[in-house]
Parts: sequence; C-alpha cells; structure tokens
Amino acid sequence: MTPQSFGRAIRRTEDERLVRGRGSFTDDAGSAGLSLTMVRSPYANARILSIDISEACEVEGVRAVLTYSDLPGRLVEPLPLLIPHPSLVAPRTQYILAKEHVRYVGEAVVAIFATDRYVGEDAAERVIVEYEPGEAIVGIDAALGANLVHDDVPGNVAADHAEHVGDVDQALVEAPHVLELNLDMERSMGSSLEGRASHATWDRHGRKLRIQNATQTPTSVRFAVANILEIPDEQVDVFAIDVGGGFGTKVIHPWPEDILTAWGAIEYECPVKFTEDRVEHFISSSHERAQRHQIKVGFDEEGRILGLDVDFVHDNGAYTPYGMIAPLITATQLPGPYKLPNYRVRFRSVYTNTVQVTPYRGAARPHAVFSMERTIDRIAAFLEIDRAELRRRNFIQPDEFPYDLGMIFQDGRPAIYDSGNYPELLEKVLAMIDWDDFSERRSQTPPGRRRGIGVACYVEGTGLGPYEGGHVRVETGGKVQVSTGLASSGQGHHTVFAQIVSDELGVPFEDVEVVTGDTRRFQYAVGTFASRAAVMSGNAVAEAARLVKEKAIQIAADALEANPDDLEIVDAQVQVKGTPARGIPLAQVAVLANPLRYSFSEAARAATQFAGAGDPNEPPIKPGEDPGLEATGWYSPIRATFASGAHAVEVEVDTATSEVEILRYCVVHDCGRLINPLIVEGQIHGGVAQGIAGALYEKMAYDEDGNLQNASFMDFLMPYCTEIPEVEIDHLETPSPLNPLGIKGAGEAGVIPVSAVIAAAVEDAEGFQINHMPLFPSELHEMRLRNAEVSQ
Amino acid sequence: MNAEQSYEIRLKVNGETQQITAPARRLLSDALRGELGLTGTHVGCEHGVCGCCTVLVDGAPVRSCLTFAVAVQDREIRTVEGLAADDGELHPVQEAFKECHGLQCGFCTPGFLMTACALIEQNDDPTEEEITEAIAGNLCRCTGYQNIRTAVRYAAEISRSDKT
Ligand code: FES
Ligand code: FES
Repeated sequence: MTPQSFGRAIRRTEDERLVRGRGSFTDDAGSAGLSLTMVRSPYANARILSIDISEACEVEGVRAVLTYSDLPGRLVEPLPLLIPHPSLVAPRTQYILAKEHVRYVGEAVVAIFATDRYVGEDAAERVIVEYEPGEAIVGIDAALGANLVHDDVPGNVAADHAEHVGDVDQALVEAPHVLELNLDMERSMGSSLEGRASHATWDRHGRKLRIQNATQTPTSVRFAVANILEIPDEQVDVFAIDVGGGFGTKVIHPWPEDILTAWGAIEYECPVKFTEDRVEHFISSSHERAQRHQIKVGFDEEGRILGLDVDFVHDNGAYTPYGMIAPLITATQLPGPYKLPNYRVRFRSVYTNTVQVTPYRGAARPHAVFSMERTIDRIAAFLEIDRAELRRRNFIQPDEFPYDLGMIFQDGRPAIYDSGNYPELLEKVLAMIDWDDFSERRSQTPPGRRRGIGVACYVEGTGLGPYEGGHVRVETGGKVQVSTGLASSGQGHHTVFAQIVSDELGVPFEDVEVVTGDTRRFQYAVGTFASRAAVMSGNAVAEAARLVKEKAIQIAADALEANPDDLEIVDAQVQVKGTPARGIPLAQVAVLANPLRYSFSEAARAATQFAGAGDPNEPPIKPGEDPGLEATGWYSPIRATFASGAHAVEVEVDTATSEVEILRYCVVHDCGRLINPLIVEGQIHGGVAQGIAGALYEKMAYDEDGNLQNASFMDFLMPYCTEIPEVEIDHLETPSPLNPLGIKGAGEAGVIPVSAVIAAAVEDAEGFQINHMPLFPSELHEMRLRNAEVSQ
Repeated sequence: MNAEQSYEIRLKVNGETQQITAPARRLLSDALRGELGLTGTHVGCEHGVCGCCTVLVDGAPVRSCLTFAVAVQDREIRTVEGLAADDGELHPVQEAFKECHGLQCGFCTPGFLMTACALIEQNDDPTEEEITEAIAGNLCRCTGYQNIRTAVRYAAEISRSDKT
C-alpha cells in the first residue's frame, strides 16, 4: 500500500526540470517579435516640459516610441488601486507613462518597441526629455515637512489610521512604571533574482492574448489586462510557469509594462516581451520596511504589560497601489504572543519621492516584532528580570485559544488567534540555544570580542481568504491532473499539493501532476502571498480530491454492485474494503464516468466490461451529474490562521571592526501540521537569510536628491553564502482548528523576528540600546561612539 | 542610425559547433539564450555579480553576461544543458541539488550547478573552505545557502563513489 505522503520529506517534483536547465521562466519565451524598453525618470520630483522622440524613432529596428499623449483608451488612466481602505484618505497610483510629472527616480516616461533590447537601449539614449526639477522629498523627516509629493495631498499623508483596545491613557496613568522607546528601520527590497517580466502574444485568428508573466497572481493580471485593454476576459490567458522568486513584489499588478506588452502584442500583431534588468528592478519595483515608531509602555513590578501606546510613520514612497496594507499589518501584528489588555496604535502612511512601498516577505511584521520585542527587552532590563522570564509572564496561555485581540485584521475580519503554544515554543528554543548557561560561554569570549544572546517571539497571521479553488481530474490513462489558480515562485507547491491529493484520493504520489498559476486551467484565484498558498490551495485541492473520491466510489459501487459505504480507494483502485480482488482501477472508473466510451486505450476497453446496461428509462447523465471523473473544490476560511515561532541567536561582535558574527541561530517554528518538513525548513532557511540580510547588510541608500545610490548588486549588499550561518530548526505542530488539514502558513515566517532577535543579541553584547536597524558595522561603530559620549 | 555590422560566430557549446550571426556586442548570455535557445543559462544582474549566468569555458567558470559571444569562438563552452550524460543520467551536482533541496525557484540554480561542477571535476574531496570559496560568488535569494552547501558536499560524495 502506498505510504501516506502528508508529513514526509518527499523530494520535489519541480527539480528534475530545473536542474536540467529546462525551466520555463518568462524571459525564456521566444525571442521573436518586439522588445519593450522603458525610458525612466532621472529625477525624483520634476515636471516634464517636453519630450523629443524624433531621433529615437530613426534608429533602425525601432517600431514605435510612445509617450503619455500617445496612449489610447483606458491606458491614459492611473493604474488601479488594488486595496482601498476607509483610512486611506489620499491614495495615488502612477500612470502607465508619466503624465506631466515624475515622482521618483525610475518612473516610466517613454516606451520603446524595438526588434531587441540592444536596439531599444540605443533608442532610449536618443530620447530627449526636458525636466523642471523640484525639491525631492526623501525620508520620513522630509515627508513630515512642508514640501509635497502630490500637490493635492496635504501633509503628504496617504493614510491616517488608529485602533485601540481597552483604555490606554488610563492604564499608562495607573502603571507603576512607564518607558518610552523610539525605534526605526530602513528600507530594503525583495530582490528576487529574476526581475519582473512579461511576454505577450496575440493570436489574431483565435482572438487570444496569451501572456506569460512573472507574477504571483496570474488570474488578477488577466482581469487587469482585459479591463484596461477593454477586451473580454475570455480573450486573455495569463500563466506563470516558472517564476524566479517573488517575495511580494510580484503580487503587485498590473505594472505599466504588463499593460504595454499586452497592448503592443495586439497593436503590432507580434509577440512583445519586457524583461526588467537589475537596475530597473532596484529603481522601479517595490521596496519595503522604512518605518519609525514611538512607543510608550506601562507595566507593573512583575513586568506585566498594562498598557501599550504605539504611534508610527510609514514611508510608502511615491504611490500606493496596494493601499495601506503594510502598515496595517504592523498595527495588528504588533501584540504578537503577548496579552495586551490596553493597546492603542496609530499610524500615518506618508508619501516620499522614492520607489513605491508594497509588502515584501514578512510584510511589515518584522517592524511589528522589532517594536514589541525591543519593548519587552527594555522592560526586562529596567526591572532586571531575565528576558525569557519576562516573556513567560506576558504570554497568551495555551488554554486561552481562541484568543481575540479585539482588532480588525488585514482581511477585514476580527483578529482572533486560532491556536498555538507560545510558552512551549520559548522553552524549546531556550533549550536549543542553551540560554541558561550563556553566562559561562560569555566568560570564555576571546579578547577583542563581545558576546551576546537574544530571543524573539512572533505570531503571524497566515492563510488569508477570501478563497482559493482546486480542480482534480482522473484521466483515463490513470494520471491525476491537479490545478489551482495561484502561482508558484519556488515554494514547492507542485510537490505539496500532489502529496495532499495523493493521500485524499488514495493514489500514488508519482501519478499526481500539478499545474499552478495558469488561467487556461483554473480561472479564479487570489494569489501567492501572506503565507496563504498551502493553507488555501492545499485545502481546496484536498476538497476537490474528496469530491472526486466520492464520485469514483459511487460509480464503482454501481459497477461492482456494492454498497458505496463498503468501498475504499487504495493504490488507485476502488475496492471492497480489505478485498483488493473485488475492485476497479481508478483509471477505469474514469472511463465509466464518461458515457461516451470510445476505446482509445486498454483501460477503456477493459472498463466496458464493468459498464452495466444502465436504466433505459434514465438519461445516461442524470440531472445534477457531470461527465468525467473530476471535481472542483473551494476553500474559503472564516478568517486567517495564526502561525508562530521563537528565534534565538548568539552573536559575537568585534570590538575593533564592529562586525557582527552569528555563532548560532536557532528556530522553533509552529505552522500547524507539516505537509513536507524538507520544504518548510527550506522556507525557513531562506526567510532567515533574508532577515539577516535586512538586519545586517541591506538598505536602500537614497541621497537627498532621491537617487538610489546602490542600485546594483555591487553596492546593495545582498549576502552571499559567506554571510549566512547555518540555521538550526525544530518544530512544534499545533494544528489549526480552522481547516480540515490543520495547516498554517510557513512562507514568510523565517524573516519576521530576525531584526528583533539580532538587535537583542547585539544589545546584550554591547550593553547599550539598539533602536535602529540595520546594524552595519559603520552604524554600530557610530552607536558606540555616541554611547561612549553619553556615558562619559 | 543604421543597423550595426553582424559577424558569423562559431560557438562550440556542449560539444556541438553552431554558427550564429550577431553583432560584436552580443553577450554570450544573450547568444546562448536567444540565438541558440539554451535558456537554462539565466541572467540575474547583467553586471557580473550574481553568478546566475555562469557557464564553463574550457572547464573554468565564466560569467556569460560579461563575455562577448565573439570572444569565445571555438572555445569549449558548457552550459547546464550539457551537464547530464548523453543517456540523460544526471550529473552528480544535479542529482545532489535535487536530493538536498538545494533549489527553490531555480533561477540561480544553473549558475550554482556550473560553479559546483567546475569545483568537483577538479577536486572531488573539497574542504568546507574550498566549497565556500567556490560558491561565494553566486547569489541565491531563496535558499539561505544551507542546502546548497549540503548539496555541493553530497555531489562530491557521489562523484567519489562513482569512481570507486
Ligand atoms: S547575470 Fe551574469 S553575473 Fe549576474
Ligand atoms: S533558488 Fe531562487 S534564487 Fe536561488
């Protein structure tokens, strides 16, 4: 009998193609046709006075050069605002090509369609744009000043939002102790190794626009393109076959280039491709993470938090296509695993003349955890209580679930934690890193080094709705075809969904083939983000498989003249329970499921022996039935499921160079039932690496004129293997009661508490407060100097 | 502006000699991917830093995004498509990356495979430092490198046991 697939470290089915160099990334699609090259703004804030394209048009191989005034139909409108919110008082989105004004370095101004990118770049150099530059607004201080990014947005405030539980003012007045913290974090970005890309072909005869797009959400790209080009949805197919990393950036849609390639393919009746280069990725794809927080916390002698008041400012860049989702996540995820009877949060999301900010893996949770965990550590230091003990005293306890935070989560539903065991997470990670014996290890620190240890806990809302669907179909050849609408960018979906279907249906794992992110196969989906794919599509394909199983058993019961309740499916055969001799292979049931029985195959010929005469007074397909052994299942949860974890790190800091070295990095992670531990651990490894990158190496170095000075891998210090330590992982499996598989999301978890935990360890090593991330050696050096001055 | 001059360029890739017509500035990465349809070689930065475009030229790892196609005429070029044996059997590095979950999105993977192949074909018992040294010029944004290291170690092990 086929062993259960769920829970096993099965090797990924994706890899065979990929290691042979047979992946199918968007830029791999044919090189025939036209290539789209963009001319981008060199100014952060400027009026466009004139654009001269005459010389560019002369370049041989150039098919067309477009400016805003050349755009037809709905292409002249600003790009859609994807997620409105009542507190988003002044949303602004960019135009496909800049209209009169540019608001960040990198904004698209002119589009060139040419035979290839080399020719396109030649032409781009010959486009002459005259600008009248204005003052650039860079950073939160400038945003809160007098100059405006959008003339009609006073104070540069895109959103102003507040929520509270309990009575914070009262709690702070009554609290025996009150502390204040000022914390901030710099920008970084997802930086997938494949940039954005789109390849559109127009089939004039079939009237189909086929778009391969490096997106996390093909169904939405499809609807966006169809709407903006004003053509029927049915004429547009979008698929993402292989996507070279997404990390949130590729959730955003449509990008100007998505629309221009699609429009160009129809207009010029040939394939059109856009492939972003690395510099473009830095200056025209989304960034994230810049936030500044002011915190006031009141607590008792035991360190129990009585009231927490948080006011923060979020730098959203020049536009808000994704609304205010990122800061809203900080606001609602900040309480983490702790009980906050009185909590108030207010944020303002402000415009600056920089690249737009949209969620990047972790999606503003790293700030939330940084804020909360710094606060906890500060209280511990003040009361001289062990930091782990202080956490214990504030945890939500295992018997308190479901736990209602009293706030509204990003899905518009109440933030209610479904399950978890925070004390056990903490104890496990403390044991792993050997927290209690640290002082002994510290005493052995070599000269010229300082040693520190830190711990951080987090809760992550995952598996957000509204829904995903899955389709399962048993072919008469015996293969099981599965599809779901959301796209994959390295998460191993093809493997884990096959594991789920294999178990639910009772077929060998090897017989299940999965397709994701292809509107030709599945038309309704939300997308891959918010650590939702496994929870949402996993449960949807499981449901579809259950429906197929039910149908197969019904058909087989008729054929075998058995009671459906007595049947089971084992190794792809429907059989009387425990009696393999009395059964029909699933492939043959698939033949029986279709009253039209041309015998294309051996299975079909064999199946006909089971086909009874049927009732001559009934139609071959009875009302309410469909032909084929297939079904569509949906999963739509009432609300998000909350995963959690604890990280601990031991660091050594060099007294001369201020470099931080990670000695040990430990993770205990709870994402409910594990579908595939190999894949979950891979997600954690990658997440922690991105977290370390953000904590120690990466920032977007804007100068005061809004030029991104490190827009290359030469200057943006994305870590190589030399910077990333080994990560030790242990799991806790607290099933989610919200979905039948008991799973929670795992994609983003790794990155979330890293800045918090590294700050804690460095603070422990240095003996002064760490309030600012990332911690470059130069930053840390400056902090040392400042602290030396203060203590003198 | 008129079209630039094109050249006939002979490229010997994965043991096969092919002729392309391309201007002098055509990068090897673009020639492999565009003219020859060998899209297994990826381009992640176009400025020689990420290593995605790594191919072997006469056995040594080379950044094809920094190399003009015309400059490697008649040299032995090996790409990810040329790693597996003629009968389709995977090269030890391919086998190991699969086995050890050394890839997620797979975009950086061809570059790592070629880099690891060059290492292991020269030295099938590398130390941890030698592994680090070999792969320290390749970026991966998905894996955190841990499983990549394990995969390179395992690839060396497979290739040692293949020889015995
Ligand atoms: S593409 Fe050649 S090194 Fe990045
Ligand atoms: S596997 Fe995605 S970049 Fe390495």
